[in-house]
Amino acid sequence: MDRVPIVKIGRTLFVSIQIDLEDESVVRLQEDLADELAATGATGVIIDITAVEIVDSFIGRMLTMIGSISRLFDAETVIVGMRPAVAITLTELGLSLHGVRTALNAEKGLALLNGTD
Amino acid sequence: MDSYGGQGRMAAYLRDHHDKVVGRWAELVAAGVRSRISSDEVRHELEDFYALLLRVMAQEDEHAMGELRAALDELSRSRARNGFTPRETALGVFSVKEAVYELVADAVELAPEYLTFAQMIDDLGLRTIETYSAAREQIIADQSVAMLELSTPVVRLWEGVIAVPLVGTLDSARTQLVMEKLLEALVSTGAEQAVLDITGVPTVDTEVAQHLLKTVNAARLLGAHCTISGIRPQVAQTIVALGIEFGDIATKATLADALALALRNAGLKVVPA
Amino acid sequence: MDELPIQSGDDVVRVRHQARVAAAGCGLSLVDQTKLVTAASELARNTLVHGGGGTARIEVVRSGNGRSGVKIGFADNGPGIGDTELALTDGWSTGNGLGLGLSGARRLVDEFELSSEPGAGTTVVVVKWSR
Repeated sequence: MDRVPIVKIGRTLFVSIQIDLEDESVVRLQEDLADELAATGATGVIIDITAVEIVDSFIGRMLTMIGSISRLFDAETVIVGMRPAVAITLTELGLSLHGVRTALNAEKGLALLNGTD
Repeated sequence: MDSYGGQGRMAAYLRDHHDKVVGRWAELVAAGVRSRISSDEVRHELEDFYALLLRVMAQEDEHAMGELRAALDELSRSRARNGFTPRETALGVFSVKEAVYELVADAVELAPEYLTFAQMIDDLGLRTIETYSAAREQIIADQSVAMLELSTPVVRLWEGVIAVPLVGTLDSARTQLVMEKLLEALVSTGAEQAVLDITGVPTVDTEVAQHLLKTVNAARLLGAHCTISGIRPQVAQTIVALGIEFGDIATKATLADALALALRNAGLKVVPA
Repeated sequence: MDELPIQSGDDVVRVRHQARVAAAGCGLSLVDQTKLVTAASELARNTLVHGGGGTARIEVVRSGNGRSGVKIGFADNGPGIGDTELALTDGWSTGNGLGLGLSGARRLVDEFELSSEPGAGTTVVVVKWSR
């Protein structure tokens, strides 16, 4: 099982998913993020999926759940870097990822987080 | 008929007179295509077919017919792509009967085998026509796609604002293309505002509305906010009558209004100089 | 033709990878590749989670007019689905999922065949053609 590293910069937690994750790792990420949010009091989470080629309903569900968990810790989640092919496929699947915000890249994601207080 | 057995003696005969028959066949085919293919090329093509034909007729192996059919299909598709008529293509096959007949005309004992041979050739000739048609249809389908590409431009209205003017019916094929081009443009321009102008879309029914919603959702996943513009009065009435809900997607009558809204969303203001 | 076992999460990843290789080899567009692999991921997971494990068969196929495509068949010997019609409707679910597995996967492919009997396992066969 691969563990996705979580990096804290200022009040934001950065997560960059670089490889094709199998289910266990995705669940582990959710747990690790909950731990980090509780421990650091971070107010924002940026999940970079620029390198992710496939987002199916399981991963989509996990992303939405991460959004909900973050909100319980009064933090906002932004998914950044979704590939066009992935966005089109998710739309066809009927997944709208409600509860998480989205941005084109990490820089814009950060601007989004800092713009809202 | 899948196997055309009982042509053993003809096969032997044709093998012995290989050069003469292929030469005559090549002549007939070359005359048919009116020198758009060089006679050397024709001869070359036919040599391969001749060899396959002999294998089938001598019933040497069970793969021969499959290979012959596959080779003919490939030839038909190539002819279709290069603008030959179906008749020219089929005649290429049918003309071997004439070439062979000239050879065996006096050998009365070969008559039954010749009949089987002729039936086999007829079957193969008809097959080339079918393959040819299928290939032409594919070409037409490809051209439609190309036309679709041309009629879906994405324009940059302002820094951070892009627009897609949709003209014509919005079916699922068109929607796929619109989504792809819109999203690619969002990535390459970094725009956060997009305007979908439907002034040129004649009817907006539930299906079209669904396609628009899908497009807006896809753009949202890339962090862009969409406005739909070009809602004409009749269209507005149809949408309400059908009970279509656009939810929180902003809709405007004109592209100008949508641009103003997009600029406001982007935190920009237009002031007199 | 590849036959892959589906007995673990890693196997699901392997199915995704093989499906991608086959799709790219057939000349499917990037979006179509993504759709097929995503559908394969959904169905492989179903096989693992609801079917108790099974197999996936990936093969390249040719249509009558010369187009090539990817055909993937999933089979398991699990509990099976009682009402296949219901299973294909949006929002249906046995587990704690969103119920989007089957109907969602169907929207991503060109051909979709589901056969299942309670107690006799489930097979799903999908095909995606190049354009």
